[in-house]
Order: sequence, then C-alpha cells, then structure tokens
Amino acid sequence: MDIIMCGVGGQGTVLASRVVGETAIKQGYEVRTSEIIGMAQREGPVVSQVRIGTKLHGPLIPDVSADYLLGFELAEAVRNIDKLDARGQALVNTHMIVPPTVYLGISQYPEEQLIDYLKEQPSRLILINANKLADQAGSTKAVSAVMLGAFSALCPDIDETMLLTELLTRLPERVQEINTRAFELGKEFVEGETR
Amino acid sequence: MAKQLLLGNEAIAWGAIAAGVKVATAYPGTPSTEIFSTLAAQAKHYGFHAEWCVNEKVALEVAYGSAISGARTLVTMKQVGLNVAADPLLSGTYLGVKGGLVLVVADDPGPHSSQTEQDTRQFASFARVPVLDPSDPQEAMEMVIEAFNISEKYRLPVILRPTTRVCHVGQDVNLPEITSRNSEIRFEKGGDWVIFPSVSLRKHGELLEGLKTLGNEFSNFRFNYREGQGDYAIACSGVSYHYVKEALNRLDMIDNTEILKISTPYPFPEELAAQFLKKHERLLVIEEQDPVLEDAMLRLAGKIGLHLQLSGKHDAIVPGTGELNVDLVTRAIANWSGKNTENKSAAGKPELPLRRPILCAGCPHRASFYAIRKAAGKKSDTVFTGDIGCYTLGMMPPLSAVDTCLCMGAAITQAQGIGRAEPGRQTIAVLGDSTFFHSGITGVINAVYNQYPLTLVILDNSTTAMTGFQPHPGTGQTATGEMVAAIDLQKVLEGCGVTYIKTVDPVNLKEAVTAVKEAMTYDGPAVVIMKRACINLPEVKGFAPVVINIEKCKDCGLCVTEIGCPALVMETGQKPQVLESCAGCGLCIEVCPFDAIQGGDN
Repeated sequence: MDIIMCGVGGQGTVLASRVVGETAIKQGYEVRTSEIIGMAQREGPVVSQVRIGTKLHGPLIPDVSADYLLGFELAEAVRNIDKLDARGQALVNTHMIVPPTVYLGISQYPEEQLIDYLKEQPSRLILINANKLADQAGSTKAVSAVMLGAFSALCPDIDETMLLTELLTRLPERVQEINTRAFELGKEFVEGETR
Repeated sequence: MAKQLLLGNEAIAWGAIAAGVKVATAYPGTPSTEIFSTLAAQAKHYGFHAEWCVNEKVALEVAYGSAISGARTLVTMKQVGLNVAADPLLSGTYLGVKGGLVLVVADDPGPHSSQTEQDTRQFASFARVPVLDPSDPQEAMEMVIEAFNISEKYRLPVILRPTTRVCHVGQDVNLPEITSRNSEIRFEKGGDWVIFPSVSLRKHGELLEGLKTLGNEFSNFRFNYREGQGDYAIACSGVSYHYVKEALNRLDMIDNTEILKISTPYPFPEELAAQFLKKHERLLVIEEQDPVLEDAMLRLAGKIGLHLQLSGKHDAIVPGTGELNVDLVTRAIANWSGKNTENKSAAGKPELPLRRPILCAGCPHRASFYAIRKAAGKKSDTVFTGDIGCYTLGMMPPLSAVDTCLCMGAAITQAQGIGRAEPGRQTIAVLGDSTFFHSGITGVINAVYNQYPLTLVILDNSTTAMTGFQPHPGTGQTATGEMVAAIDLQKVLEGCGVTYIKTVDPVNLKEAVTAVKEAMTYDGPAVVIMKRACINLPEVKGFAPVVINIEKCKDCGLCVTEIGCPALVMETGQKPQVLESCAGCGLCIEVCPFDAIQGGDN
C-alpha cells in the first residue's frame, strides 16, 4: 500500500506520515517513509511518502501508483495527483494556503479549476474541510488529526484505535483531547460521505 | 528488541552507539543533521562525548585527535562540509588512526537542500579513503559498525556516504545490541603522528598497499554481492539498488537479470566485479551522481582485456544530473533493453500557484533585509553578497536583497573581491551568526588587514535555524545542553580590528536603517549586528497578531508588496488581511505610511 501525503511546510504531513508508518510496523508490516526536510520547510511544498507491505523496495512511490493521496492543501493535492493510481482514493483538504506570490501578482490560485480538475480524475475523491473540522474540535492546528481520522475510515488495513493511540503518544497532553475530537470528526465526516 | 520506525540518520546514530563511539563531532548540514542530534541526545546516557563544532574542518580535526588516542570517533557533515574538512582528511589518511574514525558524509542528489550535487564516493577515491554506500537505513546502521571495524583493522579513516533517500527515509529497523566496549585510550608519544615529507612518502606507499588488500577483502564483503541470474546484467549502488529491483519487477525482467550490488565504490572490489563482467557482454550501470562504478568497471574491463558494451551515464541511458527514482530507472532499463514503457503524463492540469520556500512570518531576517534595502536606496546599484542559511531566501522578491551566494563565509570575501575589481562599487555583505563563526571571521580579518572598507551585516538570530535550530558558540549552549559563556560577536569583531560595530534590533526599522547607512559611509570596515532571535525558537514568545485599522487603511497594499510576509494577504480591490500565522513582529507597522497597522511587538 502506497500513500502520498502532501501539503505546505508546517501543516503536519511529516508527523502524519510517521504516525501511519509506526502504526503499520506495530501491525507487523514493513514500512518505508520518505520526506524532504530542510529548505522546503519554510512555507514550501512538502511531500511525504509512506509505503506499507511485506516485501518492499525503495522509499519512493512511482507515478500513477499510489493507493491513497492525502492532500493537506488544495493546490498541493493537485500538484501531486499524478502519483495516484486510477483506482486510488484521494482525500483532499479544501483549505487553501495562498502563497505570497499570488498577492505579489507573480502567480495565481484558481480554486474552482483546481477542484474541477480533481473531480475529473479517474480516482475516487473526497473533499473535506479539515481546517474547519479542526477548528470545531478546538484548534486549527489539529488538521493532521482530522486527516488521519478521515484516512482511518477509508483504509481498512490500518487499525483505527492503534492509529489514534500512536498520534496521541506524539502530542503533549494538553492537546490530546482536542486531537482525539478532531480525529473522530474526520472519521465521522468520511463515514457520512461514503455511507 | 522490537522493530522501530527510524530515519536513516537515527539508524546511523544507533549503529555508532552500538559500535561503542566515544567521541562524536559535527557541524549541521542537511541531510546529515539528525545523525548528530540523535547522538547528542544519547551522549550522557551512554557515556560518550558529543559536540557541535564551529565548522567541519574543526570537527574532523577534533575527531582525528580522539582517534589517534585510540577512541572510536564519529564525525558527521553534509557533502560540501567535506570540502571544508579536506585538509585534515587527506593528511590524516596518510598518517592513519588508532581508534576507529568514521566520517558520515551525506550526499544530496537533486539537490534538495545543497549547493552542489558533488559525489562523496569520488571525493573518497581522490582522498584515498575507503567509502561505504548504504542503500537503506537498516544497511546504513549495520555499515557504521562495519566501518569502525575496517577503520581499526586498516588504521584508516572510513567514510559512510548515505544520500538524502537514506538519511531522511524511515524504515522498520532492528536496533542493534548495545554492548559496552573497553579499549585503552591513551595518546602514545613517538608514534607516526607528524606529517613530514619523508614520512609522507613512506606512508603513501603503506596507504596504497593497505587499500589494495582492503579492495581484495571487499570482494567478499557481505554488502557486495551478485544476485539473481539471466541474460541481462545491471550493476548498481546505494538507494538505486532498490529502484532497480522495483523497476525490474515492473518490467517483468527480475527473473532474467543478474544484479551486481556494490556497496564499496572505493576501493573497488575488482575480483567480484571481474566475475560479473566476464559473464556478460552487455551491461548497464545505474547509480546517482557521478559515474563512479561505471568508470571503475570500464577501467577494470580494460585491465583484464574484456571487450564490453557498458551503458550508463556515458551514453546517457542514465541521467547525468539530479536524483533517480523508480520511474527514471524503469525508463532507463526499458530503453537499454529495448522495451517500451508508457509515458503517462497528466494533460490539462490547471496552472498551479508558485509556492517557494520563504522566510517565516515574523522572521527577523525579513526586517533586516528591508532595512538594508532602505539604507542602500531603492534604486541603488549596491551589490548584496549573501551566504548560506535561511537568509539565502532574501534573494526572493520583493526583498531581492541577495545578489550572490557561493559557500559558507563567502559573503564577506566575495564583497572584497567585487570591490577590488570595481573600485567604488558599493557592496554590503550579509551572513548569519552561525555562518560567521563557521568561516566568516577569517574574511573579516582579511578586510581589516588589507584595508577594505567592508560593510558587513551579521544577522544574529541566536541559532543555526535552517538545519533545525542547533546551538553555536554565540548561543552559550552546547550540543548536550550545558550552559557556557556565549562568545560575544562584538568582542570578536573588536579583536579583529573592526572599529565601527553597532548592534540593533532590525524590527526597530529607523535605527536599523541608520546603522546600515552609517556603516556604508564609515571609513574602514564596519559591521552592523542585527540582533533578534529566530521566531521558531521555543523560548521566543511571539506577540499577538497586528490589527489593521480599516478606517485609516488606504488600500495602498505596501504592507503586502514591500515585505512579502506570508501572514499578510490582500485580494484585489479589498483591504489587506492579517492571518493567524502573524507573529506580531510589527515590521508592517513600520512600513505602513498611514499608521493603519497597530499592535504587535511595537
């Protein structure tokens, strides 16, 4: 199983990929994750790759072959959608992080076109406003928890309880309740969408 | 012990701990940094010494001193760091070591976060240092332990060369058993520790002999092997090994291909490779960066008189630049073997917003660059020589305040060269605090000595931010958390003979601009220290976001277009908006001509 997680530096994609990876190891799978750390962290585009299975090769997912794409930000989801297999599942946060280049007039952020493009893809798509759900749970910083909760409802191979436990062990106690709520909201949202 | 998800860098650190490392040194650099951070966090528990050094040359020299005293020693750096450490490495290889000395030098094909795509395997063969090339975190961990054994057996420094896709890859890793290791540590006088021409000649001969023996031993090294069988033959190294295997599976060629995996590019395991070459007439070599294996195999074929058709980088079957991946390797193998691959490219993708890494909201560098631009005058012809760090991002519009960036410390020295070639051309050199300690000081001394009217701005944010907030001599904290006396930049500069030194808070724009203007007109070398801590440091408390007074705002948009802060946005025809990410630094307050922004730090 190959999972692409993409977003903008600071959104928690690295945390989410490690949480999924560690859970899979505890379930007895082999795991490879790959992330780019360094210059891109400063509000740049970030992509984490997670590969889970029994006989794994390298850390990088080939084009058009990921089973899941977790887009933490709309434009970044579109940027990486080519990684997703036609039978794959995209879960995309509709929240936009508009880069300063747009306000400086150097580039543009065509929201509607981006959403249409995602809808045109052969892969399955769930759009989720993860920032809104995180806010509802108590903090807009709990976006990763929402995305992981939503992912748990989509992916039958990853144990949902273990995934949440793994997330919580990596968070300070004072935000655990908020993140548990965010996880549940993400999960419920997907269950509502796929029912 | 249960399997754990470890980054390659963490795995390397645990390998070193298991091997009984006694001293670890480093200068941070992506993608190598977390090796040492992991070691530093364990140093007290396992009873070894760990220190961030001021630069890679210093780190290697400290490490070398420990190694010739008999201690197992690890030094880590990124690939360009080895350029800085080249001097002690080449001499140290002649003289040799007593305790194991392992250099972990991380390469960055791509490059993702580096100045060059230089290949440390190439450097190792130039420096006559054995080099191990791991393909994944598990192997990297096991190879560190092997590297110490080889280093002690052959009394040579050994390089472990992971790449970004080993360093920053997570894998389910079996942690090694950590046993305590007792070795006698004592520097023995009268050993061959003085490099001297006549000694060098003798040592050079011994070195070549040793490498020859080691090359033979490497033919039976457990990480060098032939695998599978068939009509096709592919040699590979490092992470490319995994790409090759996956690509062969995808192309349905895995049952008809023999793979040669070389984990010791230098000294090259000729006997093992010769057996492989003799069996095949047509071969493909897949490796990242330079054609190191390819050249070694071409040489070997010539030496043993084989006529081969060897493909790789020289005939452009494999890309000569950039990072490889499964798709590129699949295409290369398909091309070489005459198979077709579909080229699936996404059509009609809408134009995506340009998202480049930028300085964070509240970053003190933004204020510094803005002040420097103001002082130089908007349309001025001043050359801004920049350096390596987060602040290289000052090159991006709208700040556009970095015209050059070459290597660590060169802001100061390049400015002098530009001014010498073009007398009268104003230059302003800009570099960070950690970079100043790394290799800026010598450049300042050069300017003072040669009477160059240097204008230098040191961006002192009290950390090494780009690589993840490591302490440095100016922060008063060591790698293992001890509080020590901080080295005072101002006093260092005074000691170097600089007579104009001013420390200002860059967010205090007026004061900062005045200081830079004064420095520019000062008769002699002049330094402005822009002192304000990095907004991401845990001890730095951000301020409440600024507030825009809608009544006073005249929609001029200057707050957005002048400083390019990611926390300030403005849709066409609307008022600017402050986002949650605003750290309240208040720079925009200073920029607004209508006093329409309030709150924040000011």
